[in-house]
Amino acid sequence: MPKFMLLQNYDGGDCLVPMNEWAPKDVTAHIDFQHTLNKQLEASGELVDAQGLAWPEAAKIVRSDGVGAPAVTDGPFLEGKEFLAGYRMVDVESEARALEIAAMSSASPGPDGVPMRLSIEVRQVMGAPTTDG
Amino acid sequence: MATDAGVEGLLRELAPQVLGATIRRFGDFGAGEDAVQEALLAAAVHWTRDGLPPSPRAWLIQTASHRMTDHIRSELARRQREEVAAMRELPGADVASDADDTLTVLFMCCHPALTGASATALTLRAVGGLTTAEIANAFLVPEATMAQRISRAKHRIKTSGLPFAMPTTTEWAPRLRAVLHVLYLIFNEGYVSSVGSELHRAELSDEAIRLTAMVHRMLPDDSEVAGLLALMLLTDARRPARTGAHGELVPLPVQDRSLWNSRLIAEGTALVEDAIAKGAVGEYQLQAAIASVHDNAPTVDDTDWPKILALYGFLEQLTGNPMVSLNSAIAEAMVHGPHAGLALLDALDEPLAGHFRLDAVRAHLFEMAGDPASAITHYRAAAARTTSIPEQQYLTTQAARLRAAQPSS
Repeated sequence: MPKFMLLQNYDGGDCLVPMNEWAPKDVTAHIDFQHTLNKQLEASGELVDAQGLAWPEAAKIVRSDGVGAPAVTDGPFLEGKEFLAGYRMVDVESEARALEIAAMSSASPGPDGVPMRLSIEVRQVMGAPTTDG
Repeated sequence: MATDAGVEGLLRELAPQVLGATIRRFGDFGAGEDAVQEALLAAAVHWTRDGLPPSPRAWLIQTASHRMTDHIRSELARRQREEVAAMRELPGADVASDADDTLTVLFMCCHPALTGASATALTLRAVGGLTTAEIANAFLVPEATMAQRISRAKHRIKTSGLPFAMPTTTEWAPRLRAVLHVLYLIFNEGYVSSVGSELHRAELSDEAIRLTAMVHRMLPDDSEVAGLLALMLLTDARRPARTGAHGELVPLPVQDRSLWNSRLIAEGTALVEDAIAKGAVGEYQLQAAIASVHDNAPTVDDTDWPKILALYGFLEQLTGNPMVSLNSAIAEAMVHGPHAGLALLDALDEPLAGHFRLDAVRAHLFEMAGDPASAITHYRAAAARTTSIPEQQYLTTQAARLRAAQPSS
């Protein structure tokens, strides 16, 4: 079965209000939604991993030539909304199923429960060769 | 003291027999499968410490029955359902042979109502006797996820109302085909993954060969079972040569044939020749026959390509699978030249649209035809589309090699 990474950026989809300005109940509903989706995917035997990443404020960039001391900086980063926020990895029967899960994730609830229509990037994880050639 | 390896082999062989006996006694596949797993774990601990009991099979059945009794008691206490109390011996219990039980369990695990992924996982556990953790590790998913996958598969079998019995005569052929397909999936999962750092997954191929050999012993007259076993042996024979020193993929034409396993080749060749002689030629026999021609050829150029081309022709008629046509185009090129092969590829643009293998074969045939510029284009396109790292590295290397040979491009 192929594995897929579903990548989610800080781009809030249709929702223009950043999450730290949402009503507490909306934040809770959003987080509950993610937990429920993860539980569903575990129960269906499809979840490999799901993680959220620490915010850009805590991020570092490392560059090295393999000889001297590496350069560790706080940036420069991509524009905030293009910054990776988290991912799910799923092990599914087909790409169609991965897209279906991505659609569920895209419809995460925003303020007042309105679906956010987040952009979810779907990338297949490199696996074994398909043939002996 | 029994050796760990000896005990494990024995347990794996007894697992489906014990499960069959347990299901016939209690009539519950799902709970029975859990009870047998617990009995196997208990045996692994006790037998390696205290030595084998006088009758290992009876010991396992008794231990599994105790677990089932416990399970039924707790179910009773919880749900107050008296009908479950009937720990009856079903009519004819223990009359069927162990071989029949093992086959019946295999047929249940490979039921067409299950997806390929569910059936492979359940087969490895219920028939192969592997633990959920081992299966999860082989498929690189967390144990909790694999446990759910197996549990859902068992639930599916339970709700389908499938009786614990061999398929009827009318169902036999499609049900056996489903079993062979699952065994092939298990083999392939292990074989294609056993490149570079993922060598440990080769155990899946060994397990598939063990299970298919077992089915072959039980159904010696079925020529497709023999064909599948032959295909596995003939493919597995090339395993030592298909990976280079750095874990890179080595395609068949340039493999070091002295590394091929001659014992497996002889065994597989004899099996497939015997099967084909019996008539009723099927897909696995044809694939095995093709593998046999490759395996018995001293070099690529000494390969009997006209025979391979003819066998692919039969396989195409039988399956209508465009991937078969793609392989057939390579054989066509080897017999009638690269342009003849390229001409066949045009018909595959639609059915294989976007598939990297079409680009990879086209690149190879353009290279044969002395058109490196077109070959580079298609090697690159194939590299961009494959979902395998060893394949991507191989295809990128091919493009780079051709580019280096003609610096002007």
